[in-house]
Amino acid sequence: MPKNNTTQEMVLDDAYLSELRGKLMRFARLQLSDAAAAEDAVQEALAGALKNLDSFSGTAAFRTWVFAILKHKITDHFRRSKRLLNESSLPPGDEEQDRSDGLFDQKGHWYRDERPQPWADPEGALESRHFWRVFEACLEHLPSKQARVFMMREFVGLTSDEICAEVSLSVSNLHVLLHRARLRLRNCLENNWFKGGAS
Amino acid sequence: MMSCHQATRLISESRERALTLREKLALRFHQSICAGCRRFDGQVEFLRRASRHFSGSPNSRSDQNQKHRHPRK
Repeated sequence: MPKNNTTQEMVLDDAYLSELRGKLMRFARLQLSDAAAAEDAVQEALAGALKNLDSFSGTAAFRTWVFAILKHKITDHFRRSKRLLNESSLPPGDEEQDRSDGLFDQKGHWYRDERPQPWADPEGALESRHFWRVFEACLEHLPSKQARVFMMREFVGLTSDEICAEVSLSVSNLHVLLHRARLRLRNCLENNWFKGGAS
Repeated sequence: MMSCHQATRLISESRERALTLREKLALRFHQSICAGCRRFDGQVEFLRRASRHFSGSPNSRSDQNQKHRHPRK
C-alpha cells in the first residue's frame, strides 16, 4: 500500500478531524446523557491522542487509540458520578427474564414473527448514510449498560477480560449482556432497515 | 435438543471464547434444523463488521486483518 502522507498530515487534515470528532461525539453521547460531559470527554481524548501523534503508524491506529482513550474518559466520568456502581450489579437469575423480552416462547424457541429473516444486501447497507442513522438509533434504544459493553467490545475492540476489569462485571454477566445486546440490535435493524426501510 | 435461546447464547459466546467440542456439536446440530439460528449467526457477524466499519477501526490485529482480505496478485 503506498504511503504518500505521514500519519501526522492525514490526522491533522480538517475534514478528517471533523469527521472523527463527529464519530467520537456520537459514541460519547450514546453513553453519556450529559451533553457537556460528552463534549469534554471527546475534547480530552482528542487532545491526549494528538499529543502522542508521533507514535502512530497510520490513521487506523490513531483512531483506535482515540476511541480507547475516550472509553477511559467515559468510564472515569461514570466512576465520578457513581452511576457505574449503581448500575453494575445485575440481580441473579436475570438471565431467565431475558425470555420475556418477547423474542422467545416459553420453551425458548423463536416466536414466529421474531425469527430472524434473510437480509437483502447487508454489505450495501454499510454504504448507506440512512442505514447508519438507523444503526445509531438502534444502539440508543439498547438499555445503557448493554449499549456500553457492546460498544466496548465491538467498536473499541476490547477483550472480554478488559471489559470485565473496566466495569467490574463477571465474565458470565458480560456474556449475558452481550447476548442481549446482539439479540436486540439485530432485531431492531431487521425491523427498521432490512424489513421495511430498505428497497 | 437445545432451545433457540440457548443456541443464540452460544452463537454470541462463540465471539467471546472458544466453545467446547460438545457445545460446537450441539450448536451445529441445532443450526442444521433451525434456519432462524443459522441466520442469527451470520447477522451477529454482520453486527461486528458494521460496528468496526462505524468506528473506523477495521481490526487492530494485522493477522486477522489479512484473513478477511482477498489475496493480492
